[in-house]
Amino acid sequence: MSFKRFLTAAAVASASALPASAALRVVATTPEYGAIATAVGGDKVTVAVLAKPTEDPHFVDAKPSHIVTLNHADVLIEGGAELEVGWLPPLTDGARNTKINAGAPGRVRASEGIQLLDIPAALDRSLGDLHAAGNPHFMMDPANGRIVAEHVATVFCQLDAASCASFKGNLQAFEEKLDAKTKDWAAALAPYKGRPIVTYHPTWKYFAARFGLVSELYLEPKPGIPPSPPHLAEVMQAMNDKKIKIVLVEPFQSRKTAEAVADRTGATVVDVCQFPGGLPGTDRDYIALLDADVKAIVAGFEAKK
Amino acid sequence: MRPFGSIAFFPRALLLGATVAAFGAAPGQDAPQPTPPPAPITLVSGAGGKNYLNISFDALIAAGVSTEPDVPGLQTGGHDPAQRGFTFQNGEIVLDGAVDPYFRGQANIVLQITPEGGTTIELEEVYATTTSLPHNLQVKIGQYFSEFGRINPTHPHTWDFVDQPLVNGRMFGGDGLRSLGVRLSWLMPTPFYSEILFGVQNGHGETATSFGSTAGETQFGRPLDPGQVKSFSDFLYVPRYDASFDVGDTQTIVVGASGAFGPNGTGSAADTAIGGVDFFWKWKSARAQKGFPFVKVQAEAMARSYDAAATPLLPETTFHDHGAYAQVVWGIKPMWTVGARYDRVGGDVGDDPADPRFAPRQRAALEGTWYPTEYSKLRVQYAYDDRGGGFKDANSVWLQFEFLLGAHAAHKF
Repeated sequence: MSFKRFLTAAAVASASALPASAALRVVATTPEYGAIATAVGGDKVTVAVLAKPTEDPHFVDAKPSHIVTLNHADVLIEGGAELEVGWLPPLTDGARNTKINAGAPGRVRASEGIQLLDIPAALDRSLGDLHAAGNPHFMMDPANGRIVAEHVATVFCQLDAASCASFKGNLQAFEEKLDAKTKDWAAALAPYKGRPIVTYHPTWKYFAARFGLVSELYLEPKPGIPPSPPHLAEVMQAMNDKKIKIVLVEPFQSRKTAEAVADRTGATVVDVCQFPGGLPGTDRDYIALLDADVKAIVAGFEAKK
Repeated sequence: MRPFGSIAFFPRALLLGATVAAFGAAPGQDAPQPTPPPAPITLVSGAGGKNYLNISFDALIAAGVSTEPDVPGLQTGGHDPAQRGFTFQNGEIVLDGAVDPYFRGQANIVLQITPEGGTTIELEEVYATTTSLPHNLQVKIGQYFSEFGRINPTHPHTWDFVDQPLVNGRMFGGDGLRSLGVRLSWLMPTPFYSEILFGVQNGHGETATSFGSTAGETQFGRPLDPGQVKSFSDFLYVPRYDASFDVGDTQTIVVGASGAFGPNGTGSAADTAIGGVDFFWKWKSARAQKGFPFVKVQAEAMARSYDAAATPLLPETTFHDHGAYAQVVWGIKPMWTVGARYDRVGGDVGDDPADPRFAPRQRAALEGTWYPTEYSKLRVQYAYDDRGGGFKDANSVWLQFEFLLGAHAAHKF
């Protein structure tokens, strides 16, 4: 076969490989965006997620299979606040999909329109792993989840106008449920208003700000820098002084370190996760995840030690 | 292809020690106040995708000893340790960014300090890749590392060992196979990752040692003179196919086959053909912290057929040689790795038995690396060289330190 005929055959094969289904193919970098896409898109979209809910989202492998997933995508939802900067660019470069190139309608930066916390005054890596855009863990505040859901619905409507009514209906149902649940969560956490918590990484600042907790103490001495003995000693001192009762830890963080700190301070280790699927019963469900997190934190505050 | 820096690893090494020490510290007395987190400041930051150009600088410094005094004869890589004591292996300035909606551009400018104390500068790679071609096609244009195998297209700071595999030195010389040219790649419409690449590059110059090379150099004891490009058959052609499969949620396999075909500098109508296969397997925990723990295995094998034209003193002949390496790296816990590599090269020695590049040899190396963060690393490596051809065996210990400044684009898998 001549090279030209080979290329022609390849192009035909390429075109015919596109599924005939009209469902929007959505790819999310991390599972919470996938959950939002599922809630808004319903049966009019298919959703694939690159990062596992149990792995460190800063360090996902840029696996070639992700390139194939992105090659087929109509929509890519990313946080866009540098959380994925270490692994997403080589994937989008390899995917050769103009639908999700920067600036394309199918490229959704979830952080757009979100007021980010911790925007560094200066970019200085001696202060740890700073994100220039600000703290990227904004989805832990349900109010931000609501903004992202609206953003996603707008994009879905733009790309699949025929299903827009369905997307809007799903969005409304999602928002009603989220609003009601947010009231429940606020009520459940109200008794602990003003109470400080310890977390491994500054992941829970948005959550704490929403529900009146104080998240200022981390097992990491600086973002992304592993716990050091002197720093842990300081943390334990502060926990004793401030009577801090809970230490939040996620599936990919060192539970052993958290346990050691908790054991010495009479605190309780609370297993939480920022990603749907990272806790039992929360798969692909943003509201179920926050619900599980709130319940775990309340149980942690109430634990008798 | 590229390598660039990234955020790919993080450490956390001190944990055990940290908790132990923390226990030792009496909680209570004069513990300093925890540093308050930075208050939210609403300013426009200077980065975060707000730049036209990412700029980074990576420095790779080695120090060590070897029982072999002729270190350049022992270490076949141009960025390997070059002498006993300290070597500045690589100072790499990387510039990259989107050119416009149709191209991305990248330049890798490499500085080295020679054993004599001078500084050399090399435009190692400068290329653009397309971003908007249809039909899953992508074109790369410029000066770039030929996409042959896994090590050749990458830069030294991404390697898992202090030095490059022997087979790469033998087939592609100290600086790897790279040249000016153009490459077309097609991501095939298969359910698994499958890519075909085809490159056409200049076949002469000091970074095409198995091909035209440069006047004054030798291969297999034969003097070289590349001549001029007169027809399409005077270029270097580099096809490659690679495919990748996930095994469950935590394992990934990449396999590839590469070729490099072109005329060599021993005379007219003398061609070189190099073929290679490569394999990569990685397991990473589903609960990876900073990307750890993981285990990865990588191996490459290559064979070369080198036609040598007749000279006034030597007959026309074809030399055959081959080589391979296999390595395993275990990321034990965040920021710590240990690894082992076995290297082997052999085949025809050629017409100059005193040339150490062609002696059959094997080498075993062990390494351990600590990454204080993903922007720095400290590595120690021991290697035992078993060298044939009358060259003495060697024991070597090298330390390596890397630091990375700036925004360095993430690396390919």
